[in-house]
Amino acid sequence: MGDYRNGLFMFILGSAVALFVTIQSIVFLSKAWEQGKRMGLSTDKMRKAVVSSAVFTLVPSMAILLTLLTLSGALGLALPWLRLSVVGAITYELPAAEAAAQAMGASLHVSDLPESVFAVIAWVMTLGIMSGPLFIIVYFKKLQNRVNKIKVEDNKWGSLLVAAMFVGLISSFLGSSLAGGLVSILTLFSAALLMLICMTLEKKAGLKVFRDFALPVSMVGAMALAIFYTGLLGR
Amino acid sequence: MIENEVNQTYEQSIHKLGRIWMSAALLIILMVPVAISIKFQVWPGLSQLLGGLLPILMIYLPIGIIEVITFSPMLGSGSTYLAFTTGNITNLKVPCALNALQIADIEPGSRDGEIITTIAVATSSLVTNVILVVGVVLFVQLSPILASPVLQPAFKNIMPALFGALGYMYISKNWRLAVVPLTLMIAIFFVAPAAPVGILIPISALSAIAAARFLYVKKII
Repeated sequence: MGDYRNGLFMFILGSAVALFVTIQSIVFLSKAWEQGKRMGLSTDKMRKAVVSSAVFTLVPSMAILLTLLTLSGALGLALPWLRLSVVGAITYELPAAEAAAQAMGASLHVSDLPESVFAVIAWVMTLGIMSGPLFIIVYFKKLQNRVNKIKVEDNKWGSLLVAAMFVGLISSFLGSSLAGGLVSILTLFSAALLMLICMTLEKKAGLKVFRDFALPVSMVGAMALAIFYTGLLGR
Repeated sequence: MIENEVNQTYEQSIHKLGRIWMSAALLIILMVPVAISIKFQVWPGLSQLLGGLLPILMIYLPIGIIEVITFSPMLGSGSTYLAFTTGNITNLKVPCALNALQIADIEPGSRDGEIITTIAVATSSLVTNVILVVGVVLFVQLSPILASPVLQPAFKNIMPALFGALGYMYISKNWRLAVVPLTLMIAIFFVAPAAPVGILIPISALSAIAAARFLYVKKII
């Protein structure tokens, strides 16, 4: 028997999931586009959202490809592809696969995982991530209605509440990035500085390109600096 | 009035559509291990399954719920359903949506924001799908680049680069709201540097809400 992990069967499963996600994205995109037109949002604004989102996605997608590479050694290509296409995250898939392998007394550092271990890994990766979507199906509409109610009662506080949640969220990510060591901290501050430069160039020099692509430009610049810092600090 | 009705109809239809697609997504992803077990004739025992699942559920069950509560008011309805189906929310979909809002100069959680974030998340999902397919097809050619020791520091620091830039973008606009949660996060870093982000998110979000309420009541903002 050939490598079952990269067999046709696994790729059919992967293709089915990828196709599902693609169709759903197209359905939601077209529905939002039509509604945007009905609401009087300019086509230019919506088109810009498409272009900026496509360009922005390129850099974080590298991290997704790296996770594919990491998982492919033990799990082949199809299962990680499938898992990284739907419900989950780069920060989830590897720990989930490792926990399942450990429970079976196996390791992800091998390329000859028995089918029994592979199946347990697939089950754990799937079942472990269902809480968010299940919560959404049951509770999200109520949650959204509650947020809308707060906005109707007191619009300023409603907007502040959303902004505060977001600032809190960003603060937690900034806090967690500090734990990555000196190069991570330097990269974080470099990215912030590059963003400041982009925003200044946009405001003072009127260079609109720095508004539309400030985030990817700052990210790539800071990542390039991370290579420099690593060389400098010898880590 | 008419605009309100149009928005409410859209909101209702997106919840219906979202629930249908999300239920279908859960069914489809559940069918994957079922299909694997049928094909390879290997059904995991309950103890094996729970052995792997329990440590993961202890961490990711609360994170899954916290993420919905924290992200959904900013994302809006359509993009929440889509982002939670397509995944990679924290590291990709939410930053992508916020970047699109910033460029369009639209407030998160507003009616226009609902449309822009859905467009952003849908586009991001489509692009990620294409990149993943390219990654799988050209795996042999791309592996040496992705594994290159020279580029490793860049790839290892994607998240600090993302949140440094995104953080400045938003915190510079709302710095009064950021003082308390940022100070708290830095303090936690010194006390417990390995604290997982799943624990940090609710602490930070709740402290930011409390600080915002205080500033609002005192009419400072």
